[in-house]
Amino acid sequence: MTRLLASRLAWGVFTLVLVAVIVFLATQALPGDAASAILGSSATPQRLAALRAQLHLDEPVLGQFWHWFSGLVQGHFGTSLAARRPVSDVLGTRMLNTLTLVVVSAVVGLPLALWLGVRSAVKRDRVFDHVVSVGTLTLAALPEFVVGIALILLLATQVLHLLPAVSLLQPGVPAWEQPKALVLPAATLVLAVVPYVARIVRGSMIDVLEEEYVQMARLKGLSERVVVLRYALPNAIAPAIQACALSLAYMTGGVVVVEYVFQYNGIGAALVEAVDNRDVPVVQAIVLLIGAVYVLLNILADVATVLVTPKLRTQLRRARRPAVEPSLATELPR
Amino acid sequence: MSAFRGAPVALRPGAGVLRRSETLEVLGRACRLRRTQLGLALFGLIAAIAIFGPLLAPKSSTAFVAIPYSPPSGAAPFGTDALGRDVLSRFLAGGHTLLLDSLLAAIVGVGGGALVGLAAAYGRGALDTVLMRISDVLLAFPQIVLVLLAVSTVGPKASLIILMVGLSHLPRTARVIRGAALEVVERDFVKAAEACGERRWRILTADLLPNVSGPLLVEAGLRFTYSIALIAAIAFLGFGPQPPSPDWGLMINENRIGITAQPWAVVLPIIAIALLTVGANLATDGIARTVSGIDRGSR
Repeated sequence: MTRLLASRLAWGVFTLVLVAVIVFLATQALPGDAASAILGSSATPQRLAALRAQLHLDEPVLGQFWHWFSGLVQGHFGTSLAARRPVSDVLGTRMLNTLTLVVVSAVVGLPLALWLGVRSAVKRDRVFDHVVSVGTLTLAALPEFVVGIALILLLATQVLHLLPAVSLLQPGVPAWEQPKALVLPAATLVLAVVPYVARIVRGSMIDVLEEEYVQMARLKGLSERVVVLRYALPNAIAPAIQACALSLAYMTGGVVVVEYVFQYNGIGAALVEAVDNRDVPVVQAIVLLIGAVYVLLNILADVATVLVTPKLRTQLRRARRPAVEPSLATELPR
Repeated sequence: MSAFRGAPVALRPGAGVLRRSETLEVLGRACRLRRTQLGLALFGLIAAIAIFGPLLAPKSSTAFVAIPYSPPSGAAPFGTDALGRDVLSRFLAGGHTLLLDSLLAAIVGVGGGALVGLAAAYGRGALDTVLMRISDVLLAFPQIVLVLLAVSTVGPKASLIILMVGLSHLPRTARVIRGAALEVVERDFVKAAEACGERRWRILTADLLPNVSGPLLVEAGLRFTYSIALIAAIAFLGFGPQPPSPDWGLMINENRIGITAQPWAVVLPIIAIALLTVGANLATDGIARTVSGIDRGSR
């Protein structure tokens, strides 16, 4: 176990360093000098020079990278150009708000997806399966902002007036104490993630239900409930764990648009603002954070997959990452 | 070399691998599925509006017609927007950028992804490892984040957005195509082509590519669907076409504050984008089912 953990951690650190390199290349080394982009065409040469020095743009690229990267390792994300405060100050509470939103969506969405997937596998080719299939296919294609605005039209403005159309959080109060503001953004994220996970679970469940030991359990006269829950589900869960991890990671991307739609005060909306303001240090910090979440979720999923798969547990010495090869009809989340 | 192009009958590949004539057959069979027909109909309807709309728009998309957010009337059948412009005319004029940009982004992503995937599968060893590691790293960025990262430095340029959306598709397509090509590169006709001294580029494009056409077809549909969703989302965030362009995503953003008073300026583009993506996805699913043989009841 420690060996696996160590190798996965090493992979994670390596990936994160490369993610940092890409973020750096995209934000500081691209043609188009960040300083003139921030100040606009009316900037005086003195102000440009001052900002270049502040951003360390006057150093060679490798020096710039080293300066930035060594700061990151020590936890310094730099100073926000728009707020003129340390990035960690600006993003602190917003990170907590986003975390609340993602956790609420996951707690509602993942069990729902599991239930839908298992049930449509059991009821394969019956009405329930077809309805879920068409429903997930439709939802999987829709962009989050379309779902979000449709929910606003239905539940907050034109048809019903149940919920607020914008999720303005009261400052100083934790997001989980303001449930009304959470409902619509969380519902949008749930609708975006459920189709993907449900389809993976259905596929893996159908494979397992055709196995001989499941037939055997049925022939022994066990109730269908026991067959599905005790025999089939534990073996179908491994691909589902990978799917859940990927969809959680994907939520961090979906959150960008959803928070903007509902003006929810999290890091997703912060990213859109920062891109708009060309606030490079904030953009770098948020993108790195999202990359780190992806890496962490992947490691957790790998460990969890090993823990629920006896075959892998005993073969740990040769453990390789059980890559979920996407089949033709499934897809990686956006 | 043409004698070795494609697999001889005895080496006929399994499901998901098609010869050129079969590609057409698969498309034909997919079109017999109800979901493909429905998908194509929805997509075709909206695509027709997007393509021919600019010719049909009754008024200029930037002309002032009536006071902002006025309700539907004879002069403006769907009312006016936040700046008092005709909603119908802007809706008709605003679809073609989304459609064209998405198509280009899908071509960049699927074309690049297919080449990288085939090169990784054919090259094996170090090349495979390096290409797949780079893909892994790119997968750490949700697609929209990758695009926003580039927009934050270069600014909202259409060419940049097409390129970045394509690039964000690339590792995803590459993984799928590599997976499909792994067993193709082991077959004898590839060795025969090598023995005949065919160039590597030619082996990739003429021998391997036709043999992964099934997954490639599905990928193309999927990536096109996602391109529409992504590019519309970027326009909605305000990083796509800039005002006063009548783009659908931008229209939704500009008019959402007036959603209570005059919903049409938001509802029309929302419905159009929804039908476009859902239609494309339904059609893609029809193709995916045909390629994997689900339509014949073998699975």
